[in-house]
Amino acid sequence: MRITILVFAGLRDLVGAPRLVREVPAGSTVEDVWTTLAGEFPAAAPSRAALSAAVNAAYAKFPTPVADGDEVAFLPPVSGG
Amino acid sequence: MSIPLLSITADPLDVQAVVRRAEQEAGEGRHGAVGVFIGNVRGENLGRRVVELHYEAYEPLALNAFAIIAAEAGAMWPGVGVAVRHRIGRLGVGDASIVIAAASPHRPEAFQACRYVIERVKQIAPIWKREVFDGGGEWIEGATADPSDDAARRVAYERACG
Repeated sequence: MRITILVFAGLRDLVGAPRLVREVPAGSTVEDVWTTLAGEFPAAAPSRAALSAAVNAAYAKFPTPVADGDEVAFLPPVSGG
Repeated sequence: MSIPLLSITADPLDVQAVVRRAEQEAGEGRHGAVGVFIGNVRGENLGRRVVELHYEAYEPLALNAFAIIAAEAGAMWPGVGVAVRHRIGRLGVGDASIVIAAASPHRPEAFQACRYVIERVKQIAPIWKREVFDGGGEWIEGATADPSDDAARRVAYERACG
């Protein structure tokens, strides 16, 4: 199934693009989507410990299942305000 | 012209517009006190001279985060109207990056809710700043955003009421 991946801030710099579209197997979770991304961009892999995630613009935990067409965002530690 | 209760903009922030919006939310005759927080770009950070900050947001989730935070504040301080407006893009030293207004009948709730909201924005809103200083730039990394983290929520509450 096809997933749109969004990355921000320092993580986007490591990946080199704000948005990617990737195929993942049916039954994949947010964690699996991350594993796909980190496999492609090994420099991003150490970011995992401090990341949070969202699915379709709602906060989501990494074990959350994803569906075809979902937008999965990976959020490095935030610094707004 | 009225602004949304919770918003993100690339334009300079109008403090009075945010105050008016919070007053409207509290209701006619029920905003005897308004607590306001303005976050400005500092000219120095960690011993470095700051040239400018670049803010970016994951806007739909940031607006969801503001709604979560405003609902938390509403549950703890019933009757308080909270308005939040965050700026994104390139900001110079002295520019306001965020304005929060909390309107309520009396001042304790206005001050406390306002402080709570800025603490929570810093904890969970998907907004990032890149600091540009003499000779380089760096993304500032603060908290791992987790709205369900009760310990973080308690810290924000204690700072608001401490």
